[in-house]
Amino acid sequence: MIRWLVGLIGWSLAATSALAADPVSIGVGYLGIAGTRSTLSLLEQPAENDGVAGARLAIEDNNTTGKFTGQRFTLEERRIREGEDAVQAATALAEQNGFIIADLPADVLLKVADALRDRGTLLFNAGAIDERLREADCRANVIHTAPTRAMLADALGQYLVWKKWSRWLLVVGSHDEDKLFADALRRTATRFGAKIVQERTFEDKGGARRTDSGVTQIQRQMPVFTQAAPAYDVLVAADESEVFAAYLPYRTWDPRPVAGSAGLVPRSWDASQDQWGAIQMQNRFIKLNSRRMTALDMQAWTAVRMIGEATSRTNSGDVRKVTDFIRGPDFSVAAFKGTRLTLRDWNLQLRQPILLVDGRMVVSVSPQEGFLHQVSELDTLGYDRPESKCKLK
Amino acid sequence: MSSSWYRDDTAPPPPLAGEGWGEGVSTSDNPQEERTLSRIASDDAMRPPPQAGEVKTARGQMSRVLRAPLLLALALAATPAHAFIAYVSNEKSNTVSVIDTDSWTVTKTIKVGQRPRGIEFTRDGKFVMVAVGDDDTIQVIDVKTQAVMDSLPSGPDPELFAQDAAGKTLYVANENDNTVTVIDLEKRARLGDIQVGVEPEGMTISPDGKTLINTSETTNMAHFIDTTSRQIVANVLVDARPRFAEFKHDSSELWVSSEIGGTVSVIDPRKHEVIGKVTFEIPGLRKEAIQPVGIGMTRDDKTAFVALGPANRIAVVDVATRKVTKYLLVGQRVWHMAFTPDEKYLLTTNGVSNDVSVIDVAAQKVIKTIQVGELPWGITIAP
Repeated sequence: MIRWLVGLIGWSLAATSALAADPVSIGVGYLGIAGTRSTLSLLEQPAENDGVAGARLAIEDNNTTGKFTGQRFTLEERRIREGEDAVQAATALAEQNGFIIADLPADVLLKVADALRDRGTLLFNAGAIDERLREADCRANVIHTAPTRAMLADALGQYLVWKKWSRWLLVVGSHDEDKLFADALRRTATRFGAKIVQERTFEDKGGARRTDSGVTQIQRQMPVFTQAAPAYDVLVAADESEVFAAYLPYRTWDPRPVAGSAGLVPRSWDASQDQWGAIQMQNRFIKLNSRRMTALDMQAWTAVRMIGEATSRTNSGDVRKVTDFIRGPDFSVAAFKGTRLTLRDWNLQLRQPILLVDGRMVVSVSPQEGFLHQVSELDTLGYDRPESKCKLK
Repeated sequence: MSSSWYRDDTAPPPPLAGEGWGEGVSTSDNPQEERTLSRIASDDAMRPPPQAGEVKTARGQMSRVLRAPLLLALALAATPAHAFIAYVSNEKSNTVSVIDTDSWTVTKTIKVGQRPRGIEFTRDGKFVMVAVGDDDTIQVIDVKTQAVMDSLPSGPDPELFAQDAAGKTLYVANENDNTVTVIDLEKRARLGDIQVGVEPEGMTISPDGKTLINTSETTNMAHFIDTTSRQIVANVLVDARPRFAEFKHDSSELWVSSEIGGTVSVIDPRKHEVIGKVTFEIPGLRKEAIQPVGIGMTRDDKTAFVALGPANRIAVVDVATRKVTKYLLVGQRVWHMAFTPDEKYLLTTNGVSNDVSVIDVAAQKVIKTIQVGELPWGITIAP
């Protein structure tokens, strides 16, 4: 007993002196593009701080833990304006920050990653869903918390197949990213035994997202556009460019559900997600940011939490040590999705369940029951190790 | 902003203590309980033994041979040394089910506030405290009247709590604002708050009453708090999402379950170090489904029971070797558990299947299932 007391006093003294020492400072940068895109639905219009707001919450969460571990996290935000040099901005940000959360288009991200490689900065891709960043164009200094198009398409496809809605009418937008999503959906259909009964292209002829004349024309256009289709169970829309998909639900010629870029949408996160303790997280987010949490916010939150998780486990703020730990076999992070999230070591993509949401509720969470895998059921979503073209350098 | 952010503003405010909640739902009004009754009634153990000459099949012959010991067993089962009362919080239906451990039936369903989870008897056995997270309070049920009679001033979104040995001080984990609230149970007054990690959850007090343990789910730590000074004296990092903490009765070890990490960390409470880990492996079940939550330890500190959440099993662990000796299949998504005071039975709450499993502790077998309200979460048994 006495020995215990003495030990306790000794320990308390040691603890006090440890806490009194200056905390280790860990700088996190956030690099994004200035401005926001336009969406068809006003509700979906991203806030100016979309993404970085999630990073900010994770910094707070990390700092609460940091009080006990003697670590202090800071966030520095940098937005690239049109005409500005991304590499220059990234290099300046990397001066003070060993970790950078990036919400950048694929080409820009690659330039930045290559420019920062020798510096040892660790990048987290929180925004780009392009497959190639995890495949032929993968980089050893880029970790991906954003899911890929194939992961999103597979998550949706598994549910549609489980529901036995296996005849799809695929409608594709005319922009490049729409076509990439359509590619992913075709691959999903082949993998899980769905049939694309017909494909149609919706040409973007330009025009405003919002008009005074409103939906009168759309109500006539959408039925006509979808009429005379072969028998199908569900219309699957690939419209990342926000040109037409949101107009489809309730307006198809045949009474059929819509999925993909509208209707039932696959996402890494949703403001309606409240399972697995997520309500605490949603409440913290709303309190800090006075708005609801989006998928991009969550992808940035997860990235910053991964850093916090690794710094507390390694008891270090050293970028190299932290990077090694995150890439190592013992790393996992909890992110309110009912299961631990780990990294695919062959391409540094974060494994994660994908929510299927309808704008008001979480309808389901993939992977679906019955889609089995020898390593992790999460690897039934997206490209698996044997298919990967990634060689990490 | 608290969790009330999500609540319908038009909903009437929760009634004041002592008002409104008095009327419990009677047994016959609740179809779920009727099902329970018929289920129990059809159970073989409750049937009268077959009369002589009544059975003519080969199985009947067997039963005639076995009749004498069976009768004896029935007689023993029918007259337990003591009948106990268990209270189960039903997270979704906003009720507490009262179970009689003699008949293994629900005898009463008590209406409580929103999202009841942590539930515990007061030390004197006169009251049951239940944390109703979405009403930001802890309600007090009078065991005599079986109705809510008061509430305690907890912080926002209380989930689990612990009381000291004397039953005078209550410590509440408030998930929403990273604090532990200290409440004087006699005066029903809030004494203060202790800042802890992100999403405080698990709470327990060392057998000597000197150390309070709180686990924080996103910080992934067990915080050691001195109950006199109310200061944190140590923080021990454990695996992801620590949910529940339990001391060995001899104080030599603290066990902390990590829901997402999938392990139970064994901590030396003097050195504040993790000295071992209990791991789980169930053939044919994916690793992610194994999510340890509630822990129960026998008084002799020899056997621990660990609820494994969506693995639908209770792991029986040999405390000395920290190895699993058996997995008991219970209902779906098993959360928490409580022993009867004679330690003959262990009751577990099964969140998704809306029932409570009864485990015979000595035989290490599930002997019964009792239907309760929707999404049962916590359980406490009268001392």
